[in-house]
Amino acid sequence: MTSPSPTRHSWYEESARGRLAHLLDPGSFTEFLGPERREFSPHLGLFNLPHQLDDGIIVGTGRLDGRPVLVAAQEGRFMGGAIGEVHGAKLTGLLRAARQMKRDVVILFDTGGVRLQEANAGELAISEIIRATLDARAEGVRVVGLLGGRAGCYGGGSLIAGCCSALVISEQGRLSVSGPEVIETNKGVEEFDSRDRALVWRTMGGKHRYLIGGVDLFVDDDVAAFRAGAVAALERPATLDQAVLTAEQARLERRLARFGDAADGTEVWARLGVAHPAGVPDLDTSAFLTIATRKREGADAAR
Amino acid sequence: MENLRYELSTTKPAGGTRAVGLVGVVASGNLEVLLERGEAPDRCVIDIATPAHGFAALWQAVTADFAVRMAAGGLRITINDGGARPDTVALRLAQGVHLMEKPE
Amino acid sequence: MRDWNTKGRDRQARLEAGLRFATGKIVAAQDLVAFLEATLRPGDRVCLEGDNQKQADVLAKALAKVDPAKVNGLHMVQSGVVLPEHLDIFETGIARRLDFSYSGPQSARIARMMFGGQIELGAVHTYLELFARYFIDLTPQVALIAAVSADKDGNLYTGPNTEDTPTVVEATSFGKGLVIAQVGEIVDRVPRVDIPADQVHFVVDAGRPFYVEPLFTRDPAAITETQILTAMLAIKGLYAPYGVRRLNHGIGFNTAAIELLLPTYGERLGLKGKVCTHWALNPHPTLIPAIESGWVEQIHCFGSEVGMEDYMRARPDIFFTGPDGSLRSNRAFCQTAGLYACDMFIGSTLQIDLAGNSSTVTGGRVAGFGGAPNMGSDARGRRHPSAPWLRAGQEADPDGPPPLRRGRKLVVQIGETFGDGNAPMFVERLGALDLADKLDLDLAPVMVYGDDVTHIVTEEGIANLLLCRDKDEREQAIRGVAGYTEVGRARDRTMVDRLRERKVIQRPEDLGIDPLDADRGLLVAHSIKDLMIASGGLYRPPSRFRNW
Repeated sequence: MTSPSPTRHSWYEESARGRLAHLLDPGSFTEFLGPERREFSPHLGLFNLPHQLDDGIIVGTGRLDGRPVLVAAQEGRFMGGAIGEVHGAKLTGLLRAARQMKRDVVILFDTGGVRLQEANAGELAISEIIRATLDARAEGVRVVGLLGGRAGCYGGGSLIAGCCSALVISEQGRLSVSGPEVIETNKGVEEFDSRDRALVWRTMGGKHRYLIGGVDLFVDDDVAAFRAGAVAALERPATLDQAVLTAEQARLERRLARFGDAADGTEVWARLGVAHPAGVPDLDTSAFLTIATRKREGADAAR
Repeated sequence: MENLRYELSTTKPAGGTRAVGLVGVVASGNLEVLLERGEAPDRCVIDIATPAHGFAALWQAVTADFAVRMAAGGLRITINDGGARPDTVALRLAQGVHLMEKPE
Repeated sequence: MRDWNTKGRDRQARLEAGLRFATGKIVAAQDLVAFLEATLRPGDRVCLEGDNQKQADVLAKALAKVDPAKVNGLHMVQSGVVLPEHLDIFETGIARRLDFSYSGPQSARIARMMFGGQIELGAVHTYLELFARYFIDLTPQVALIAAVSADKDGNLYTGPNTEDTPTVVEATSFGKGLVIAQVGEIVDRVPRVDIPADQVHFVVDAGRPFYVEPLFTRDPAAITETQILTAMLAIKGLYAPYGVRRLNHGIGFNTAAIELLLPTYGERLGLKGKVCTHWALNPHPTLIPAIESGWVEQIHCFGSEVGMEDYMRARPDIFFTGPDGSLRSNRAFCQTAGLYACDMFIGSTLQIDLAGNSSTVTGGRVAGFGGAPNMGSDARGRRHPSAPWLRAGQEADPDGPPPLRRGRKLVVQIGETFGDGNAPMFVERLGALDLADKLDLDLAPVMVYGDDVTHIVTEEGIANLLLCRDKDEREQAIRGVAGYTEVGRARDRTMVDRLRERKVIQRPEDLGIDPLDADRGLLVAHSIKDLMIASGGLYRPPSRFRNW
């Protein structure tokens, strides 16, 4: 029987707190502004919506394979992990602390983007987070993003992910500015059928993002695999200077020229030289990595 | 939002030494339960915030059974409800007490 | 002198009218509407094939387009009212009277049309009951059926989704009616002959496969802790003590949880080989891990399930497959198997009253029955003994003389005390009664009658109704597992405690089950992807269930 390995422990299924517990060295985590501090959203009650005591994000400090890191984990089940005022402020504060402390950061993304009910505050928070990320990176701090949650990483969340020094994704992970429903609403079902889940994953999912160089590491949907991926990502170069940005701009222009008119992930993969693009979604991790390592478009140091 | 508070007499004091415990998330059909200490050992106070109005009788029944059946004395419990069913509420409360008994 | 062949002559006239549009037996798709107008007569009894899975969708669309001035007042006798066209024809007057079995996705609209008088309702049946009437008083004059492919002679291959087709064709063709089939393609030689050509009068090349709904796929990711708890109670409190080897599972997350707990929790209880070996069951993807780990000996299927075709082809010891290798399903035979050769039915429902009657009719929805009432009923004609059947009979009548004591089928209702939208599963009065009042029906649409139900499983425990000696005990046993619903809160606590002492009610702790152990970690598969992996890549889930 080729059953799922009994030792596998799904990252996708875990809660934000559960992911942190498995990511960090045992007993090393200290939470900042924990639920008992009751720093929750002051806005949701106006909409007769329940708040969560941590506003859907856990921030704190811990050790990863002995190395001290600051961490943030979004809870994708609370309002789709959406970013509101308090949620955003906790992440901004963490990144500012990282700059001062010169300590690397790991962000466990699980978000649909800005929280509609506090959209202005949320949009402002996204900008502040991006600025804080770049400020920290300018000081040499690594900011690693982990992408494998239920809500994916969309909207403003994807913009923050784009500013990270390295990204780790699983097959279940999704990374895109516009989500499936947003595209369908604005462009019509002929352009994008959001209920066609295989299409969603072919165009936004982990394998596709890895193949086109949108992320740096591809791991199994497993808490131990994400831990190993985070450790490896923290070893990667994190230089952010003019040369890197110019190179990245050139790469994105090449990508657009090469794939801009492709209608589906499979078309992109075919152009990358993948022999059986239709079979890619069914490949297991090792078979996929064998192909991907040879064919993927390299992400360069801009990440 | 409807805010409910139940101040209950308990049969057994809560075990363990952990100061704070949290179980569950605020999602559709789910809830978060924060457990803190600080009440008298024969008393448990439960504060509930729920978007579903008009279910006070149900909350009363679930919390009353909880106070009788579980070792909840001395606990101060905060519930943020996402529209959970009574069985889920009872399960999360039991999980919370269990968590408080475990070493940190 | 009496004409003894009016039916045969009637069919001959339809055949001749149809032949004007046909080459041999083959009718071109673009002529379909005119062809139907030529072969159908006002007031005909018509079976438009379709159930909760497969649909003769091209024929349904064509029928909805015929001119109501030419074809009207049809009496539809069909398993499923599922596609919009199935009801459109009642709005335009093409059809007037309806005898059916299942109407899941159209449950709200069909109720509105019944209230509005647009549909003259014969009755709502179980599948097997409607099939039976095809041979007695509801024999179709025309059957519009669906197959995968046909050869030029009209031999049909129905593929894994054979389902109702042989039954419908048998009644129609030998009852002197006309059989018209839509097929996905015309081939030189069909992979196997499911319906012989001499029972088929016309074939339409639809150019695409008929529609199939993946109704029996349950995503393990959506199974809750409470559902896992009910599954643990069922396995330890019912499957184990009764030794249930032959059974049927209804659709639902509770039964899906049971299937996913067999290789973990069931294995730990030492039940492998002792329970769940023989099934009347659709090919549930959630059963794959149990099949792969050797729990299951044999499964007969009502229909197929989208994506399971290659898996079943690769497991011919387990499934009934043809010489071509693909599954052969048959709803009528599987329903009969579920009625007579299974010792247990376990399934969910939406409402249960204080007598144990259950119904899926709620708030102006008429979902029909499908097969559940047939599975979920004691077979009074059964004569062969089995250990679970005899034990249940003994519990119901401990003082009766054993050689003359009937056994009982275990009919189990399983669910959480509150369902979707926090609607209570336990009610004082079934919504079905309001519907019967409103439509002036002689019979309220009850899914499973209280006197057939033997056990009710909820997260609060198991109620064994076989052990109840009177109406009051039965009511309190039901209240005693009804949790925090109004019905549950109005229990007589003293009486419930007494019932618990007699094991009429068993709580999780009485069975040595800690509700805190009801964790998703117990599920052998956590996602559709896990099921695909467990099948060795043979199960190919439909896109809507994927997250990769």
